[in-house]
Amino acid sequence: MKKYGMVIDTIKCVGCSACVVACKTENEVPEGLHRDWVVEEVSGKFPNLFMEIRTERCNHCSDAPCVSACPTGASHQKEGSNIVKVTPNKCTGCKACVASCPYNARFIMPEGYASKCTFCDHRIDEGKGPACASVCPTEAITFGDLNNPLSKVSRLLRARKHKALIPEAGTNPNIFYLT
Amino acid sequence: MNEIAVITNKVNPSLHIWGWEVPVYLFLGGLTAGILIIVSLMFLGKKEKEYSFASYKMALYAPIIMTIGMGALFLDLKHKLFVWRFYTTFNLASPMSWGSWVLLIIYPFSVLLIFATIRKGYPKYNEWIEQLLSKINFVLKIYKWLLEFSERNVRTIAAITMPFAILLGIYTGVLLSAFSARPFWNSPLMGPIFLVSGLSTAAAMVILLAKDHKEKEFFTKIDLGLIFTEITFLVLFIIGLTTSSIQYQKAADLILGGKLTPVFWVFVFGFALIIPAFLEILELKGKKIPSAYAALLVLIGGLILRFIIVDAGQTSGWLPY
Repeated sequence: MKKYGMVIDTIKCVGCSACVVACKTENEVPEGLHRDWVVEEVSGKFPNLFMEIRTERCNHCSDAPCVSACPTGASHQKEGSNIVKVTPNKCTGCKACVASCPYNARFIMPEGYASKCTFCDHRIDEGKGPACASVCPTEAITFGDLNNPLSKVSRLLRARKHKALIPEAGTNPNIFYLT
Repeated sequence: MNEIAVITNKVNPSLHIWGWEVPVYLFLGGLTAGILIIVSLMFLGKKEKEYSFASYKMALYAPIIMTIGMGALFLDLKHKLFVWRFYTTFNLASPMSWGSWVLLIIYPFSVLLIFATIRKGYPKYNEWIEQLLSKINFVLKIYKWLLEFSERNVRTIAAITMPFAILLGIYTGVLLSAFSARPFWNSPLMGPIFLVSGLSTAAAMVILLAKDHKEKEFFTKIDLGLIFTEITFLVLFIIGLTTSSIQYQKAADLILGGKLTPVFWVFVFGFALIIPAFLEILELKGKKIPSAYAALLVLIGGLILRFIIVDAGQTSGWLPY
């Protein structure tokens, strides 16, 4: 089974939002809605301030709460992988998945069904990576199979100090941030 | 200092997915559960002669209130044409899936309880229905058979309805508590709070609508017990949040100094629990206070409680954005 994940280098990320624009274009995300976004977090005390810029999206959690919360099975993990997807004609628009996501990564489309990042699985099927990763000018986003020890994502995680966002939420997220 | 300075292009800076529809549904669902539990208990405990409103008249309200509640829930769905998808699968891990099936199971039993009680509870309605159906002899026969069948088996129907009604009452709370992403909801006490509150609002309905003084007094005593149980559960719920990890403490702050503090303590604790309990105690001591006051406060308070809980849960989260 593939365990797709992303390793995002917060030191390389300049917060240009190219990933956001690429995602919207590739996936025809309607105006006002976004599958990924950029966060700038400032910590420390003046003059010793530290700024982290990171691009965020659905974590395609191994224990996805949105999948277990869905009453109709519309939210599911794509066969043979951890990619969390929504089948629009099974979705009732009850918003249980939106409430269940600790990352607030889901939203309701104007048509009424829930939507979110799919890791551009249609591009993965063609042997390409997600649009956001392919467009990043600083190559801050690396996509790959975390189950494969030879993949670039696995090698980066072995070599660099990293973190996941709120792992204490207990969902086993698959997006990691190099710090 | 740790501050989120900029968030670009975020969809849900603060989650607001459920408006008035969900709290109204949770309130009416809880009230239905309470009504069905009380009616079932009357027949299982063979108290139908003593408490005629609760036994013979109350059942009629259950499916009507449940239908209105389900209507509110339907209004909340954003992909309405696919509502039937609730019934093409059963997801063991999803409380919402449990709820939709429980509602489907409980519905026919709540109607059977009406058949079992309509002749004694609403003889005029029954006459009217029989007159209406007399034009089609076959349907009239089925109707009469259903009446006799339900009356004969009323205790069996009550015994089957009872566990599903308890499940319905608890589920309205578990629906929220299962969301670990929302710390305010994520308490095991949410199920019991909603069940007790549902029972309390149903008892208040008996106090409000029953004509017999003894019946009003009996249900006032029951309601008093339920109010104190609810207060205990709510206090334990707050203790649970404040003694848990930081996200839970922040969630508790919403009602302990945060934006929902006045509405929670004034309307829920004050007007919906303490004041009705006080009024009911005075009433039981023989003071002449119209029983409708306490009953109305309990009913309105039950609705406000759900509005506050649904709102607070959506405001609370693991990330500040």
